[in-house]
Amino acid sequence: MMDVIRSEWTKIRSVRSTMWTLACAGLLLIGFSILLTVSIANSAGEPPTGIEAARVTLSGTLFAQLALATFGVLVISSEYRTGSIRTTFMAVPQRLRVLSAKIVVFTVVTLVVSAVSALAAFLVGGPLILGTAALGDPGVAQVVVGTSLYLTASGLFGLALGALIRHTPGAVVSVIALILVLPQVTSMLPGDLGRTVHHHFTSNAGLQVIAPNPDNPLGPWSGYGVYLAWIAVTLVVAAVLMRRRDA
Amino acid sequence: MTAIRATNLSKHYGKTAAVTDLSFDVEPGQVTGFLGPNGAGKSTTMRMILGLDRPTGGGVLVDGKPYGELRHPLRKVGALLDAKAVHGGRSARNHLLAIAQSNAIPAARVEEVLELVGLSTVAKRRIGGFSLGMSQRLGIAAALLGDPEILLFDEPVNGLDPDGILWIRTLMRKLAADGRAVFVSSHLMSEMAQTADHLVVIGKGRLIADTSVQEFIGRSSQGYVRVRSPRLAEVAELIKGAELHPDHLRVTGVEPLEIGTATARAGLPLEELTFVRPSLEAAYMELTKDSLEFSS
Repeated sequence: MMDVIRSEWTKIRSVRSTMWTLACAGLLLIGFSILLTVSIANSAGEPPTGIEAARVTLSGTLFAQLALATFGVLVISSEYRTGSIRTTFMAVPQRLRVLSAKIVVFTVVTLVVSAVSALAAFLVGGPLILGTAALGDPGVAQVVVGTSLYLTASGLFGLALGALIRHTPGAVVSVIALILVLPQVTSMLPGDLGRTVHHHFTSNAGLQVIAPNPDNPLGPWSGYGVYLAWIAVTLVVAAVLMRRRDA
Repeated sequence: MTAIRATNLSKHYGKTAAVTDLSFDVEPGQVTGFLGPNGAGKSTTMRMILGLDRPTGGGVLVDGKPYGELRHPLRKVGALLDAKAVHGGRSARNHLLAIAQSNAIPAARVEEVLELVGLSTVAKRRIGGFSLGMSQRLGIAAALLGDPEILLFDEPVNGLDPDGILWIRTLMRKLAADGRAVFVSSHLMSEMAQTADHLVVIGKGRLIADTSVQEFIGRSSQGYVRVRSPRLAEVAELIKGAELHPDHLRVTGVEPLEIGTATARAGLPLEELTFVRPSLEAAYMELTKDSLEFSS
């Protein structure tokens, strides 16, 4: 298994799309933090403090997640697009090992980049520009850690959909629909069941770990757990099909 | 041990049959040509051998095992399917390194194969910019990484210039001479005539012939004996079944020795007595003419 992980690490570090999508995610996160906090600092009224300030500095999450989800899609769909997936499966016919190795390498890389970017976005916007929040303030560390975890999960959702759909544009559109568009649309579902679906729908549940919606009965970690369950189910379906389908 | 053994191998897509009931062996120490018109099922068969496509019937063993059960398969089997199926953004070295690492092949071997195929000087360049010839060499480098006993090449000379063709032909002969099993597909008989020892011929996904190159020619169409003599008409009367042409006789079904003996007894001088073997190309055309997917 270490052999396959080593191989996937070489693959991921040797293409430009990795650098571009990760840089994009980092810049969006830090850029939005600067943009919003500067505009708050220049406007009249009381600036937010503590955990509220931290949430403002991390509002770029909604956009950064798309860059990471695209990165996740590309990690696998680019192999299908070029046909190099055949070389990969020839080298490692146990296809689930390939998928597992990709998940491991992708998760580590994305978690590190997300954590560094989230921390930087908070430090620049919170203590530096606003001056009304510190990392030690109650709940702030959890928001920063939660953001890193949420972003990594969104990236994994992209990877799962890339493995399932095997087609870059199709997978990118699906992931945008699932984590950005449909979570809004589900608010229009009628009745108690509709409300439950809305609260449990992908990022509606996942974002509880950063900025909990008070109407949503899910807590920060149970919400994040529900988001992970969506990803896990997609990965399982992708894995079953990957074993079965012709490469 | 038989390198590759296909037994009743079949692959159907819905109602369309790509490969039907195909059985053949590939033995070590020789080049086995896998021949058939375009669309005959050669690539599908190769993908099934490599565990990429799942047969709908029958099976294929590589070194006695299904491909999927090989541990570090690249140390046993090397294959070049489509030279352009690579991520163009990666350098040649990183491309090969990722493949090597997956099968615990030392990184030093990457430099060796780059040297072997003559790509050392461009090892750092992005492979998206490679010419077809360079891509083909890179694909062969990847196939040779694990120093495998069994090699598969799918249409390796397609689109190559004469230098490249000669290089690949020489390489395949050398690999077979080392005792490796070389299985190479082509839709060109003339190409196989120069490289293969053994032929597996398919058409419309079915086996047409599984034979040595020599047998293949002999079996599919007979040769004839060309006889020239200053006294051609007299020779024609003497030999049964001779077909008289303006400047020579064409005799089928009679050995040259018999003709020579008969004319010698009759005291007839001969200018030429040649056994004309049919070209491999002609034999191939004759065999596959019924199985062409699209006839013109």
